[in-house]
Amino acid sequence: MATSHADRDPALKRTRGWLDRIGDPALKAITFSAAALAVSILGLIAFELARGSRLAFHHFGLGFVTSQTWDTIHNQFGALSLIAGTAVTAVLATLIATPLAVAIALFLTELAPKPVRALLGALVEMLAAIPSVILGLWGILILGPFVENQLEPFLGSTLGFLPFFRGQHSPTGILTAVLVLTIMIVPIVASVTRELFTTVPPELREGALALGATRWEMVRGVLLPAARPGILAAVALGFGRAAGEAMAVLMVIGGTIGIHLSLFSHSDTLAARIAGQYQGASTNLQISSLVYLATILLVISLAVNVGAQLLIKPIDRRPRRRRIALDRALEVQGLSAD
Amino acid sequence: MSEPAFSLKATGRLRRRQLVNKGMGALAIGAALLAVAVLAIVVISVASRGAGSLNLAFFTQNQAQGFNPKGGGVLFAIVGSAVLVGIATLIALPLGVLIAIYISELAPPRFARVARMALDISNGIPTIVIGIFVFTMLVAAHGQSAFAGSIGLAIIMLPLIARATEEVLLLVPSSQREASLALGVSRWRTTVQVVIPSALGGILTGTTLAIARAAGETAPLLFLTSLGASGNADANPFHPLQSLTLVIFTYSDLDPAYQSKAWAAAFTLMCFVLFTSLAAKLALARYRKKLGG
Amino acid sequence: MEVIKTKIEVADKSRRPATADREVVFEARDLDVFYGNQRAIDGVNIDIYQHLITAIIGPSGCGKSTFLRTLNRMNDLVPTARLSGELRYRGIDLYGPGVDAVEVRRRVGMVFQKPNPFHSSIYDNVAYGMRILGMKKDLAGRVENALRAAALWDEVKDRLKDSALGLSGGQQQRLCIARAIAVEPEVILFDEPASALDPISTSAIEDLMHELKRDYTLVIVTHNMQQAARVADMTAFFGLNVSPDGSRQGILVEYDETEKIFTNPSDKRTEGYVTGRFG
Repeated sequence: MATSHADRDPALKRTRGWLDRIGDPALKAITFSAAALAVSILGLIAFELARGSRLAFHHFGLGFVTSQTWDTIHNQFGALSLIAGTAVTAVLATLIATPLAVAIALFLTELAPKPVRALLGALVEMLAAIPSVILGLWGILILGPFVENQLEPFLGSTLGFLPFFRGQHSPTGILTAVLVLTIMIVPIVASVTRELFTTVPPELREGALALGATRWEMVRGVLLPAARPGILAAVALGFGRAAGEAMAVLMVIGGTIGIHLSLFSHSDTLAARIAGQYQGASTNLQISSLVYLATILLVISLAVNVGAQLLIKPIDRRPRRRRIALDRALEVQGLSAD
Repeated sequence: MSEPAFSLKATGRLRRRQLVNKGMGALAIGAALLAVAVLAIVVISVASRGAGSLNLAFFTQNQAQGFNPKGGGVLFAIVGSAVLVGIATLIALPLGVLIAIYISELAPPRFARVARMALDISNGIPTIVIGIFVFTMLVAAHGQSAFAGSIGLAIIMLPLIARATEEVLLLVPSSQREASLALGVSRWRTTVQVVIPSALGGILTGTTLAIARAAGETAPLLFLTSLGASGNADANPFHPLQSLTLVIFTYSDLDPAYQSKAWAAAFTLMCFVLFTSLAAKLALARYRKKLGG
Repeated sequence: MEVIKTKIEVADKSRRPATADREVVFEARDLDVFYGNQRAIDGVNIDIYQHLITAIIGPSGCGKSTFLRTLNRMNDLVPTARLSGELRYRGIDLYGPGVDAVEVRRRVGMVFQKPNPFHSSIYDNVAYGMRILGMKKDLAGRVENALRAAALWDEVKDRLKDSALGLSGGQQQRLCIARAIAVEPEVILFDEPASALDPISTSAIEDLMHELKRDYTLVIVTHNMQQAARVADMTAFFGLNVSPDGSRQGILVEYDETEKIFTNPSDKRTEGYVTGRFG
């Protein structure tokens, strides 16, 4: 066999030493290990959480999920109140945030002139970057008094006939928590939705407009349906973020066990309870119960995340340029710190 | 020319449709303005309450003792945050780049998909769960430390760095790779000596974004590095260290002297996070444009 | 010129000019189109006649599509686009005050180069425009009529609820034509309607155009001269003009009956293009 170029050229010979012979497989092995580590961390998390909650599971079994008790004196714990609180706050925040976020995304892609688009887009992403502990601080010290002195009295007087708007006014509670969570997830949903809108081909828009549709009719009849799976995924991501938020919720929700109908009442969520009890946890059973709560939270967030991934999958098969647009959107989700 | 028997003006049904159109447009503008207003309210209230308490002592002194102290600062928290985030970056950056190299250059497509999905899922795990995870794995046996906190932060930063790096690696034109390979340079040298340097700008900005994110984290640190942390500046990663975020959280519940420090710390942290995020995003956008993304 | 509102059939290409006794649908006088400061089209004067197929041919970049899009105000979508001169639709200034672009687009429909069906069923694609306009009575019947007029009914009548994306390229384009017909326009614009299609689909679309001109006025932009020769009654040749300052604009070089343009053009530039010497 003829000698290769590399063997004949002395300069190239330098690159053909033993280092190069092992270099390629070595790089592959090293990077593979890193990737394997990342993948196995997921499994490790599940494993460790299961291990940590074993004690509590041994004591309470699956009944933990259906029990409302949280009694540190008698060492009786149950997750139902927390699950309810998580569900209520996350669902309400998502319900309020989604139309706002879609409207913002529509404004950015359809209505805003180019310079405004960049500026406003940046401002919306800045909202996502604010650390949640700061939003919690603002929530308890500034939003709280507003809720207690203005918002809840107003809602109580106008909508008090509904059971959701009754009861004592307080700076903390479900309402304040929902407001803070909404502020947190609007930028996430808006950014993902905005990137999604840019992947809808302009020919589709032009086709609708050329038929004599108004801009809104084009959005409603063509743009939104085309982007629907992605919007659902964005909503799922927002919901997951809201359900997993610990600090801001802890600071404004009032940390109380019990399921009540009114938005004015105090409550607690899985994440907030875990965060709130860390210092006071005295018994091993209590600590294990906290880990059990974390396991439940992990299951919820995994379900939501995997669901969102599956929704994004059909979009993922499109050309790379569009996938990158989606990745950029997801990175905004990574901006918000807990 | 005879009178046209029709008009192109909006009448009847079309006028109603146009009104609906304008109404929806107004709602969209309203939503955008609302978002900007909320941002302004939050930023301005934090700034107005925090900036006033900023002075040299705030940055250079350590935790004051007793109730309602006059002086004191948060130097210990700034040092703690720096150590926590610094070590986390040292862990997450190389790992993230290696993972990105694997996914974008070396992995068979199915493995790459699995790895990407794992990263996206990790990105969505609540940070408090990650805190509990590191707690059960390390702290239960060995006690709290900044090192444990850094591991928690590194797990949070990893998907961000890996995905950002993957994106810029894909943006590097394949012509560069092909030119190097055509010269007979081996694959690994091509990756390390040609592709990575090209992508360096993007990697750095991605890391900066991850740093901004990690600097704002509180929940995982609760279990990993706050108990028994001293109020004096300490850079030993094997001790539990306070972070700026933990200080904001703890001080928010105390008497007014501490609360004003909480605002000041919040203002400091907010400025840091917002400026670095914004600068990194601008740099990333310019970088993408340069590479033709 | 007197405007006579009755339709007159021109039997064949006899010496009687094709445009005699026809209403003028579009009238452009000194029409310029700018994108920002760049002049894309310079001083176009043209009359487009009812129930004829008018083709616009010319090399790329000479403003054919730009001109087409002024006819249904689609250029409005480009923020920097503006117009000077006059463009009248059946006597009314298309860009005059109070004119609603949405109404214009209902009357002047458009079929695009790449078929762009909506991501919904075949039925919903055709029904979209009608639903917006509130034409709810006997929707199914109207959908059928539109699909028949677009020569697509027989192929899809059993699968109206299927996704439009499952159709072939030629079928999708005919679906887009059906969709445009459904809102009862007066004019249909075609922007390179068959350039993305195979020859058999192309010929189906061309046959369809011959049918359509009975009820509509058609304006077609095409870079395919043979297509223009096959299909069009009138042909406008757009060329590129280079200004003293180096900038380039599209201009209308020659506009006449198709047969004359291709067999005996008056302008040297037209002759150069149609004989393939350039462009």
